[in-house]
Amino acid sequence: MAEPMRIRATMAGDVADVKVLMNHPMETGNRKDAKTGQLVPAHFIQEVTATINGAAVLTANIGSGVSKNPYLGFKVKGAKAGDKVAVSWSDNKGDKNTAEATIG
Amino acid sequence: MNALRRNVLKGAAGAGTVAVAVAAGLLKPTQAMAAWNKAAFEAKNVGDAMKGLGVTSPADSKDITIKAPDIAENGAVVPVEVTSGIAGTTSIAIIAEKNGTPLVGDFGLSGGAQGFISTRIKMGQTSLVRAVVEAGGKTYTAAKEVKVTIGGCGG
Repeated sequence: MAEPMRIRATMAGDVADVKVLMNHPMETGNRKDAKTGQLVPAHFIQEVTATINGAAVLTANIGSGVSKNPYLGFKVKGAKAGDKVAVSWSDNKGDKNTAEATIG
Repeated sequence: MNALRRNVLKGAAGAGTVAVAVAAGLLKPTQAMAAWNKAAFEAKNVGDAMKGLGVTSPADSKDITIKAPDIAENGAVVPVEVTSGIAGTTSIAIIAEKNGTPLVGDFGLSGGAQGFISTRIKMGQTSLVRAVVEAGGKTYTAAKEVKVTIGGCGG
């Protein structure tokens, strides 16, 4: 969560194609640390929200079954080049992150 | 005692997150998603996961396309793309049926968002990857088998 997430948003006709790459270990809580033999505690993003010009387009709950460094792609009809996409996530430890991008 | 503390903290963190998002204008209160659906995400089988999502008897639909590899090279990162051609799709849920906790994600769509979600999921073993779509107040489903040679849930 220290590294910023990357958002790429481009227009295909009248549909905005948005691709997000989040930075997060997405630990299930089932993995054993190779060195200590201890279980690595569950640590994963739970909520992801995306807005375009402030209006919600994606409100997602996810679990640790999503791969490490979650990738998310979605499409929004009616968006335009120049619109602002904002993506936020929060995880089970209360950590959060937000990023914004302009639709190209 | 530790579990209780963790749950209290989880609840507090969840509530705080939504409150912050609402205050920041990122989420209108009516659109804020319900707190993380613990019952659904911690369900250990597909039936309980669906129950947790409030879904009963979704109709099989050929208008849902699941694009995923026939054989996953790496069970830790399986690309899955769900496209719903059903008009008025409001949410897409992705379930990996044989995972320890099958529900992977529940994606609510609004404001012009199309019936399309692309992501990468973990799969512990060969199983059906199921999509459950909510559209017009009804639920629909489709599934595709993905073979996994090396499981990716870390267990």
